[in-house]
Amino acid sequence: MSAVATTPLVALDGASRSFGAVHALRGASLALRAGEVRALMGENGAGKSTLVKILTGVDRPNSGTVLVDGEPVVFHSTADSRDAGVAVILQEPTLFPDLSVAENVVMGRHPRRSFGRIDRPAMKKSVQDLLDRLGVDLDPDRPVQGLSIADQQIVEIAKAMSFDARVLIMDEPTAALSGREVERLFGVVRALQARGAAVLFISHRLEEVYEIATVVTVMRDGEVVHDGPLSELPEDELVRRMVGRDVNQLFPKTEAEIGDVVLDVRGLSREGVFYDVDLQVKAGEIVALAGLVGAGRSEVVQAIFGVDQATEGSVSMNGTDLPLGKPTAAVAAGMALVPEDRRQQGLVMDMSIGQNATLARLGEMRSRGLLSPKRERAEASQWGERLQLKYGRLSDPVGTLSGGNQQKVVLAKWLSTKPRLLIIDEPTRGIDVGTKAEVHRIINDLASEGLAVLMVSSELPEVLGMADRVLVVFEGRVTAELSRAEADEERVVRAATGRAPVTEEIA
Amino acid sequence: MSTPVSAPPGPSAPQGPAAVAEAEAERVSTGRRVVDRLIRARELGLVVVLLAIVGITGAIEPNFFDLDSIKETVLNVAIIAVMTAGMTLVIVTRNIDLSVGSILGLTAFLCGDLLTKHPGMPWIVAVLVAVAIGAACGLLNGVLVTWGRVPALVVTLGTMYALRGVAFLVTDGRQINAEDLPDSFLNVGSGTLLGIPTLIVVAVVVILLFWFVTRDYAWGRQLYAIGSSGRSGGQAAKLAGLKSDRRVTQAFVISGALAGLGGAMFAARYGTVDATAGDGYELRVIGAAVVGGVAIAGGSGSVLGAAIGAVLLGTIQTALIVLKIDDFWQQAIVGLLIIVAIALDRLIANQSEALLRQRSARRRTSA
Amino acid sequence: MSTVATTPTGSAPDRTPGVVRTEDSLLKKVLGRWETLILVLIAVVFAIGSGISSEFLTGESLTTGSSDFTEYAILALPLTLIIATGEIDLSVASVLALSSALMGYLWNQGLPMEAILPICIVAGAVCGLINGWLVTGLGLPSLAVTIGTMALFRGLAFVILGDESVTDFPTDYTDWAFGNFGGTVVPNTIVLFLVLAAIFAVVLHRTPFGRSIFAIGANKEAARFSGLRVNRTQLKLFVLSGAIAALAGILLTLRNSTAAGNVGTGFELTAIAAVVLGGVSIFGGSGTIGGVILALILLGGIQKALNLDPDISTYWVNIVFGILLIGSVLGPNLAARFREARRTRNRGARPFRPGRPAAAPSGPEGEGNTDA
Repeated sequence: MSAVATTPLVALDGASRSFGAVHALRGASLALRAGEVRALMGENGAGKSTLVKILTGVDRPNSGTVLVDGEPVVFHSTADSRDAGVAVILQEPTLFPDLSVAENVVMGRHPRRSFGRIDRPAMKKSVQDLLDRLGVDLDPDRPVQGLSIADQQIVEIAKAMSFDARVLIMDEPTAALSGREVERLFGVVRALQARGAAVLFISHRLEEVYEIATVVTVMRDGEVVHDGPLSELPEDELVRRMVGRDVNQLFPKTEAEIGDVVLDVRGLSREGVFYDVDLQVKAGEIVALAGLVGAGRSEVVQAIFGVDQATEGSVSMNGTDLPLGKPTAAVAAGMALVPEDRRQQGLVMDMSIGQNATLARLGEMRSRGLLSPKRERAEASQWGERLQLKYGRLSDPVGTLSGGNQQKVVLAKWLSTKPRLLIIDEPTRGIDVGTKAEVHRIINDLASEGLAVLMVSSELPEVLGMADRVLVVFEGRVTAELSRAEADEERVVRAATGRAPVTEEIA
Repeated sequence: MSTPVSAPPGPSAPQGPAAVAEAEAERVSTGRRVVDRLIRARELGLVVVLLAIVGITGAIEPNFFDLDSIKETVLNVAIIAVMTAGMTLVIVTRNIDLSVGSILGLTAFLCGDLLTKHPGMPWIVAVLVAVAIGAACGLLNGVLVTWGRVPALVVTLGTMYALRGVAFLVTDGRQINAEDLPDSFLNVGSGTLLGIPTLIVVAVVVILLFWFVTRDYAWGRQLYAIGSSGRSGGQAAKLAGLKSDRRVTQAFVISGALAGLGGAMFAARYGTVDATAGDGYELRVIGAAVVGGVAIAGGSGSVLGAAIGAVLLGTIQTALIVLKIDDFWQQAIVGLLIIVAIALDRLIANQSEALLRQRSARRRTSA
Repeated sequence: MSTVATTPTGSAPDRTPGVVRTEDSLLKKVLGRWETLILVLIAVVFAIGSGISSEFLTGESLTTGSSDFTEYAILALPLTLIIATGEIDLSVASVLALSSALMGYLWNQGLPMEAILPICIVAGAVCGLINGWLVTGLGLPSLAVTIGTMALFRGLAFVILGDESVTDFPTDYTDWAFGNFGGTVVPNTIVLFLVLAAIFAVVLHRTPFGRSIFAIGANKEAARFSGLRVNRTQLKLFVLSGAIAALAGILLTLRNSTAAGNVGTGFELTAIAAVVLGGVSIFGGSGTIGGVILALILLGGIQKALNLDPDISTYWVNIVFGILLIGSVLGPNLAARFREARRTRNRGARPFRPGRPAAAPSGPEGEGNTDA
């Protein structure tokens, strides 16, 4: 065991990678040893993705080498890295929705019997064995379509195990999982670790990292700035290494004057997703919807906004009932939704910054009946300035911006409609720590100007730091409503996991 | 302390885990049964519709059951069904092949021309030439789609035009007539093998072969995988190490080759061939596949279902003739059937999706 | 918006965040435009055409050549909008035929033309409404839906008129359709097309409706999340497509003074070819009406030139159209790949200073569609 532990299964030695003038990776080294769970930490753009791409054979370094069992190799494709025992679990599982769980696992390596036919019983049995070993209850014959993200990740892990992966790279695997699902995933990771696999674990959630990882590599600006046991690195020190400076006062809460009720939701339900949601948001107030991912919070706000059809209940803005399932009517009534998935829902990536920023109010971009590019530019640059958007030209595709700046474009798009209510779903997901604070400041400023804000967030500090009121959602129902004074970590977590406030203590 | 919301670690599933697991297993298996039934309902439904049409037509006009009438129907279907098998492979990979009608026209003429000019040549050589030319056309389609990264709709729309143009150039206004063709060849078109019309034997063999290949061979399953992952960008197929480009090209080659075979069958069956042979066949073939449950978005549908779809459309055609319903209605009914088929598919899919969602919601609350 | 690089390429280029794009010079911009390429091709075709026959560049030739292309051109306009939203309508030629058949039937029934024409347009709009409802209401793929309605509407055309044809339309209508505008060589029908084209161009490029068409084509979900009426927009476009196809049917019927159920077979393909050749992405999200008009001129010019040469089989038209259609997407793809390959070779070197090629172990081939 100890002899094996000294030679890393897979390592990266002094790898550099540049794209044109941008150095994504500068002389990065990293070793993955058997039985280790290594956390890879760093802000967005620190070079983590590039490093993962190189380890998985998607990309190749300009200089430096990949080592497998101490021998230098070149991964020309994902097949090469897979053959070397490297498997990757992405945040969004990449499976074949029409095929069964079993076929998804064995695809590309079907067991054969006579005449080269697929050996279905053997296929089913081997996959059932894998799932049993992972301790999960999944039917191998079931189509993947309709499985939860968490179950799909289990299928991915089973796939990795099926070709005896020794190195498992998990790129933000928990981003879309609920607490229980994270626990199950961690159970699987520990089992793999015990069997001598090396795991590279990437997550933005510090708590998870401290729970699962043993060693840590911290990256900043394409360089490895720290490598060592996690136990020797306290949390604030870790954050400082990631950011390169002290991060304090992340949530500069300013007291706003709370006004009249702007949004009034009563008995809103969507069959099979969420039930009987009542909530009010007043002018100047920030209300947070807390809870586990998958509890139905995004679904609730999407139904309020009308992009999803609610089956029951009512939504009213400023005392006027809105038709359900009509986003256009919601926008007209002064509602705005900054969605969770920026690339798919928030922005039209092929369009320019300016066109995206004005997309929600095309009607007002007219002069004499026709779209006026001049007015669009003026409007977009005005909001760009207000939000301190960093961009080259307004006519550049919005995809050229960083995540944080993209989020600002989405904000600009909606703030320019002069909304009375801003719904913002995971306001800082995938945004680096520096810009995060800026987004928080913007939201606070807006609230103090009298905007009603309904925020969905999975980050407890964000919820506790920003909200005037916290509604906790569990399994599609609101299980607690806490004032700013009442809200603390324990109460929110209890409600979010469906436990009664004080009773039912588990010894 | 930065603490994302997550369940505090601790003992979960406090009460009777075994009982829960058992109930869960039961629920899962009923869920599977329902889904299975919905999927199988598709092919079954087609057969029911088919039998209903046959029954009703036969009841009104008993000579529908004449052996000749049935033979006529099945012979008409044979060529379409063979091409539908190839089309299914292509559509399953999330592509489409609009050029099959033109390939049929070109190969039917070349096959007939070859036999006219070399009457001594064994007919099988001419058939193989037709298949080879069809395969070459398919290869062109496949390469343009995979290597050229041109959408299949655009590629095969282009080759549909171009190959029809080539067919016109090659025929140069000529027409092949039955009397120019060797009897041995024409016998294939009208003759029987063990009492069954030869063309039908050919069609059945082709359909069973490809049904079998797409069901029981890794090669076939990979086609489904490629189409299924194509809806989300093809990443899954890439990560599974599938040679997507090669598979898609192969599907096009087979579609082309079977269109070539269809061309040879066309020449043998009708004897009269000019450059317009097979005009509009691409839509009949795609229509048959769609009616047979092949999803135009790729990843699902079977060769067998598609073949039943072809039989269904062919039967309706004959039924209309037998019932002396104005021939003009035929096309309209085919169109209507295509729409009804995809609409039904969508409704069934919505139903089963809602079912799965409810089930997983229930599983969550009960777990 | 419609440079060669962003128009019909099949795959999104892998963008590297943070890379500053170099400023394109105006000249480069103009030369890089898809429309410029089509213009060059038009010039080539017209040069060859006048070489083939002295009749090619005459007013007479322009009149017949353009009026022969009227229906394709008119069908291409709403099709451009539909394809820009990422959908397709294969049923347009069948709607055209249905309109023609209906016109003949109603005329036989003794209705006046003043009543027949609006009825036909409304019938076409209803056909479009059916397509649109199936696509937006039921959420079915437009390709499958319109393959079905293509057969359905064509079938209904035969049901209405059978295999007969109606030819005795009033001469004041047919004369207009035959005639030229004022004393010019431009046919009346082409003037009508140009008016429609101008309206379509303004709608697509200068109105909120047009912008939402592009937004829907580029990202339907983001469009919905921006409060745009996605379904209603698409429904409107299908209805529009049906109505305009019916109008094309009327024009074709009057121009030939023949109404029949079998007219316009295959017209949808030429119209789609023109749209794609005109630089509209088949996946939606980009394209211009101007490009489509140029593509129509190019295709019309080729057809006329080939028709004028007695030695060239007219079937070459099919072959040339097919090759152009594929080439219009293949060419830019290959060009983009060539540029990518060159960039890969120069990778590691700073821009503006090529230096020695980096000793990178074999660059990535193809489209690395990877977002890890």
